[in-house]
Amino acid sequence: MITGSTILFYLLATLTLGCGILSVTTRHIFRAAIYLLFSLIGIAGLYFWLQYEFIAAVQIVVYVGGIVVLIIFSIFLTQQAGEKLPKQKSDRKIFAALAVFCGFALTMLQVYQHEFNGLETTKAPTVADIGKKMLSVGDGGYALPFEIISMLLLAAMVGCIVIALRSKPETK
Amino acid sequence: MIEPGLYHILFISAALFFLGIYGFLTRRNLITMLMSIELILNSVNLNFIAFNKYVWPDKMDGLFFTLFIIAIAAAEAAVAIAIIINLYRSHQSIDVENAEDLKY
Amino acid sequence: MPNATTIALIPLLPLAGFILLGLFGRKYLKSSSGLIGTALLLTSTILALYTAYEYFFVYGKVDGVYQQFIPLQLTWLEFSKGVSIDMGLLLDPISVMMLVVVSFISLMVHIYSLGYMKGEERFATYYSFLGLFTFSMLGLVLASNIFQIYIFWELVGVSSFLLIGYYYDKPSAVAASKKAFIVTRFADLGFLIGILILSFSSGTLDFTTLIQRLTSPESNEVKTAVVSTFLGASALTWGAALVFIGGAGKSAMFPLHIWLPDAMEGPTPVSALIHAATMVVAGVYLVARLFPVFALTTPAVLEIIGWVGAISAIIAAVIACTQTDIKRVLAYSTMSQIGYMMFALGVSKYGGEAGLGYTASMFHLFTHAMFKALLFLGAGAVIHYIHSNDMRDMGGLRKYLPVTHITFLIACLAIAGVPPFAGFFSKEEILLAAYQNNMAIYWIALITSGLTAFYMFRLYFNIFWSKPHEVHGEKHGEGGFVMMLPLVLLAVGAAAAGFIPFGEFVSSDGKALVSHFHLEFSIAPVGLGLAGIFAALWLYKKQNDKPQKLAAALGGLYNAAYHKFYIDEIYFFITKKVLFNLIGRPAAWFDRNIVDGMVNLTGNTTQAVSEGIKKIQSGKVQQYAIYFLAGVIVLATLFIYVLR
Repeated sequence: MITGSTILFYLLATLTLGCGILSVTTRHIFRAAIYLLFSLIGIAGLYFWLQYEFIAAVQIVVYVGGIVVLIIFSIFLTQQAGEKLPKQKSDRKIFAALAVFCGFALTMLQVYQHEFNGLETTKAPTVADIGKKMLSVGDGGYALPFEIISMLLLAAMVGCIVIALRSKPETK
Repeated sequence: MIEPGLYHILFISAALFFLGIYGFLTRRNLITMLMSIELILNSVNLNFIAFNKYVWPDKMDGLFFTLFIIAIAAAEAAVAIAIIINLYRSHQSIDVENAEDLKY
Repeated sequence: MPNATTIALIPLLPLAGFILLGLFGRKYLKSSSGLIGTALLLTSTILALYTAYEYFFVYGKVDGVYQQFIPLQLTWLEFSKGVSIDMGLLLDPISVMMLVVVSFISLMVHIYSLGYMKGEERFATYYSFLGLFTFSMLGLVLASNIFQIYIFWELVGVSSFLLIGYYYDKPSAVAASKKAFIVTRFADLGFLIGILILSFSSGTLDFTTLIQRLTSPESNEVKTAVVSTFLGASALTWGAALVFIGGAGKSAMFPLHIWLPDAMEGPTPVSALIHAATMVVAGVYLVARLFPVFALTTPAVLEIIGWVGAISAIIAAVIACTQTDIKRVLAYSTMSQIGYMMFALGVSKYGGEAGLGYTASMFHLFTHAMFKALLFLGAGAVIHYIHSNDMRDMGGLRKYLPVTHITFLIACLAIAGVPPFAGFFSKEEILLAAYQNNMAIYWIALITSGLTAFYMFRLYFNIFWSKPHEVHGEKHGEGGFVMMLPLVLLAVGAAAAGFIPFGEFVSSDGKALVSHFHLEFSIAPVGLGLAGIFAALWLYKKQNDKPQKLAAALGGLYNAAYHKFYIDEIYFFITKKVLFNLIGRPAAWFDRNIVDGMVNLTGNTTQAVSEGIKKIQSGKVQQYAIYFLAGVIVLATLFIYVLR
């Protein structure tokens, strides 16, 4: 029977996919960024619907609030906001669409043919559980990946600064 | 309408993934290519969470993977923006068709 | 065992001369190059004479037979066990005799050229080429291995080419040197195939082993070779015949003789050395070297050799009666005399009294070298004085060139077979051998000896008697001491060499051969010779019109002989019309278009394909991504659905 949950799911799905399609096809770059933003919000909504609130929150904070903003800033930095993007060659679009469609069909065929067992739903883990697991060094603990991620973020920060540094002009 | 389950989410995830690939192959602007990559990464996240919830509900591996992927995606987007800015400085354009110096 | 170093020095000294004068002569040693070359050759000649003395008198005979020595044998290229190309020195009676002949005649030519070629721009080059030739010829006679003799054979051909074409700014000289090289090279193809057949049949390339294996009647090699036939003749017959073809080319036998008259374009001392005394007898030497095989295993080929020699002798004699260029008369005379040597070998059998032809042939080789070299050097002195080759420009020169006159007369008497000069003795033995074995060849030889006397004395009278000579103010006389000395020495040889008891030293099986001298037998040849001399005297001593009347009377025959029986024209026709058009042109087209075309095709295809493929690397990231995606999808489909 149709429940609110079902309707919500389909709405969220429509938002995500619709904005995704628009994001990859529109010719205004700023609009593409905004469509991406809404697509990501849709995905966060899906996480909420799946009852994984923590991830949904992280998604919104990092992805929507960080990465999309970063993208918008870079659009401004490269002075691309106003003009329309040039059109792609149509044979490239057709070939890409064909390849993508084939890939999608293949994937869905495989997915629908596979029997997934254990499809019952249980309560999602709480934030406390996540916290404990993240910093535990025992069996199944994620302390090591956590540290590595932090080093990765450091390296990325340094790398960004180095790459984007304007080279100093030669002093006489 | 049937009850939305694992297959539906997998459908969405696959659709987003291939949409992202289509965008990556078709867009002429480097920033829009980056946006398509973000779509791809998000679809993967959705996939992990879906499997975590429906197939392995007692474990949390999918969740952690998702967390780490989000962190890494942030780092990677930052580095990509830095590269785009650098490329813009040397080529005065971020049209990917102009960045074809490494050819025959 | 004689000392290998001494003997190896004999050919190596002229080689050193070639290298030294060839590299440094033109710039540094110009004036002394002649003396250097002559000095080296003098040493070589002394060593050769010493070796001959040692061989014949010190080592002497063992069991009545002169031994065969191999002082040096170095394995050079080994093909398989027992078959290898060695470089070795072989001493046996004929090789020692040839050592003496070649080095002595070469020395005479070296001394003579000091005067004849004086003032030449490329004086040093001339002496270096002479050194190369002497080295090659000496190496040829000393060869112990059939392939080694082939190597030196080709070297001799090259030296001949270089020396004939010495005056390279004369187109006729260049054409003549090419002709000589090509004709002899063509014959050498037969020689090479013959070598391969013979060495394959006998399983070895070494002379001693080869002869031993192919001549003992019970040997396996002979049995297998005789059984395998091709067009009716056994393999050995073909091998021997092909080897003879090589010899026939080098010795200017009919029909491969066309190069010899043209080779007279070279300087006269060169003609004396190469085309009279040494190189052209290489073919005779080769047949003599392999004589046991020819005589015992393939007597059919020996028949052929006899007839080829006889035909060459008489054709050359007829042509020589009509030529006016004195060097060409001498060239045809050489061809005729070599024909004598060849058919003498052809009628000979192996062993004892029946091997008279072998001894006679070698004896004639020895004496012929003397008087033919003398004739050529004398002709050179005449040409040096008159500055022309044509006998119609000459006459009455006996007062102006006394030494040349006397020595030339001695040589003519020798070649005509007048006793007691050398030619008489050697010709007698040849005619005796022919009389004993093949009467038809005997008659041909007899007629030829009459013609020989006639044309030689025609030459003599035209040069030295005939019409009086008008002096046009020639500044120089006869030519200096260096030009007269060789003439005198060779004249002594031509006169005295007949008295050497040649049968003691050289015979087919090694045992001493005593020639029975029949006085009655000599009447016919000597008589014919004297008749020829008197005919020439009657026609040519004083200038008159009897020769023209005789020529007109003989009409067609005279014309044919004057045009050398049109053999050159036949060759020209065959090569130009048949070979070039029917074989040469299509082959060239095939080579240019199809063979080259295939190679070009592979190159062009590679290039076209690479031009097409290189567009894949366009530098566009999205294109790479599309290829990647497409590849992944295809592979996934493949692995999931096809290759379960």
